[in-house]
Amino acid sequence: MPHRGTLKTATGFAISPGRRSRSRLGEAFIHKLLVACALVSILTTVGIVVMLVAQSVGFFRQVSILEFFTGTKWTPLFAPPNFGVLPLVSGTLLTAGIAILVALPVGLASAIYLSEYAREGVRRVLKPFLEILAGIPTVVYGYFALTFITPLLQKVFPSLIIFNALSAGLVMGIMIIPMVSSLSEDAMIAVPRSLRNAAYGLGATRFEVATRVVMPAATSGIVAACILALSRAVGETMIVAIAAGSTPRLTLNPLESIQTMTAYIVQISLGETPHGTVEYYTIFAVGLLLFIMTMLMNLFGQWFVRRYREKY
Amino acid sequence: MENLTECLAVRNLELWYGTFQSLRGISLGILHNRITAIIGPSGCGKSSLLRCFNRMNDLIPGSRVQGEVIFHGRNVYDAGVDPAEVRYRIGMVFQKPNPFPKSVFENVAFGPRVNGITDNLEEVVEQALHRAALWGEVKDRLHKSAMELSGGQQQRLCIARALALEPEVILMDEPCSALDPMATLKIEDLMKSLAAEYTIVIVTHNMQQAGRVSDMAAFMMMEEDRAGVLVEYGPTPQLFTKPRDKRTDDYITGRFG
Repeated sequence: MPHRGTLKTATGFAISPGRRSRSRLGEAFIHKLLVACALVSILTTVGIVVMLVAQSVGFFRQVSILEFFTGTKWTPLFAPPNFGVLPLVSGTLLTAGIAILVALPVGLASAIYLSEYAREGVRRVLKPFLEILAGIPTVVYGYFALTFITPLLQKVFPSLIIFNALSAGLVMGIMIIPMVSSLSEDAMIAVPRSLRNAAYGLGATRFEVATRVVMPAATSGIVAACILALSRAVGETMIVAIAAGSTPRLTLNPLESIQTMTAYIVQISLGETPHGTVEYYTIFAVGLLLFIMTMLMNLFGQWFVRRYREKY
Repeated sequence: MENLTECLAVRNLELWYGTFQSLRGISLGILHNRITAIIGPSGCGKSSLLRCFNRMNDLIPGSRVQGEVIFHGRNVYDAGVDPAEVRYRIGMVFQKPNPFPKSVFENVAFGPRVNGITDNLEEVVEQALHRAALWGEVKDRLHKSAMELSGGQQQRLCIARALALEPEVILMDEPCSALDPMATLKIEDLMKSLAAEYTIVIVTHNMQQAGRVSDMAAFMMMEEDRAGVLVEYGPTPQLFTKPRDKRTDDYITGRFG
């Protein structure tokens, strides 16, 4: 028996160099393939940024940055044109603000329910169900806002016009609830059982355990969830393009018709604005600003998570 | 021996987790202002029994209790009893130090706050820290994170946190198992000094520890079907030197477990 074993080993060594070099070649190929895949997304991002900046330069050659950021009228297609971006920014922040006002309380409440109250079986059914909301195409949400929520709101506010910020914001809020609840719940369920036991052992009720121990311990994750959801709302296009109107207006009144940055970009992209004109370049300037806004939000989110991550 | 009244009376206690019976027919009386140790091999249900005293088992899905735990003339499992109130009068210290990721002060103030005690909070916190023999070490860092304390300090903080509610009973579930010998010694000294004012029940797998600190000792074991039963209960010196039950004798002389 030992003899056979030796033989086997010897044969193994004999063929091993060839085998190894082949597997090394394969390994090197796989390594390169993986790097290439990773590079696709990085290069795309870089490409987009370069393009946005380059095209925006064309815009800012003809329009001063001061006018862009301080002007209160956005009428690039009128004569004389106005290039103040604030109405688009206000429209974006207004709808995103309404959305987060809906999504934050509802999303957090669902997260608390799922992580602290629901039995394991219920949780396992409910969580994927909630996440289905995130898979509904946004165009469906857009028409849901326009044809269902708006008429409903008009019963409350009879003077409400058909395209308005409120309806779009509310529906966008519903859309991002799963994002807030699911990510917050992940953060809350990760809080160790021992901390809950400590609080229960001191006579805390379930709600007190959730709000005074679990939520504070999960703050960084919850804030990250909200920022991700907010930047999703800021970048959302279809719902606002369909339901919020196309009237750039510097207002924070949710009952009015507005236009968001994204909706404006869609409008111009689909329209017949000739390439190379200043009107055409506006979409790159607006796009660049939108990119910077969401990037700042995400950076803030990352900083916050690192700064306030609680060690437990 | 003065004041030998029962603080907690356990009668025919049975505990199930789902279909698994964890405790069977447990009856014993925990004496006032004494330290009672519950000893026995791993998995014999000592911790489960401890968690029955303040209804911590309620938090485990599928758990079910039969029998009585009488505290101040009332079964803590009666329908009208609020488990939160039971837990605030019967404090608990856990196996691993589990301070909240908050400041030292907020850790101790947590119990009073959730139970609506907000007057003189600073005084309450200071007193609790004094009693837990921790004040001197933390008085200059009350508002720093409790997570920066050493393991032994964290465990004394958890004791202070329980003391801040002025409980009558303190349950300790292997409180020293995660600590080094020096920190263990400090906790044991602390327990002895606390016994003047509080009734203490400690679960420990360390028989030397039970011998050093406890006045009364309960020895538990698993039966064939893995349900925990109480084999013997009596004054610690007697249980350790003249056990009545052969199984106790085998265990304490190291023949098994």
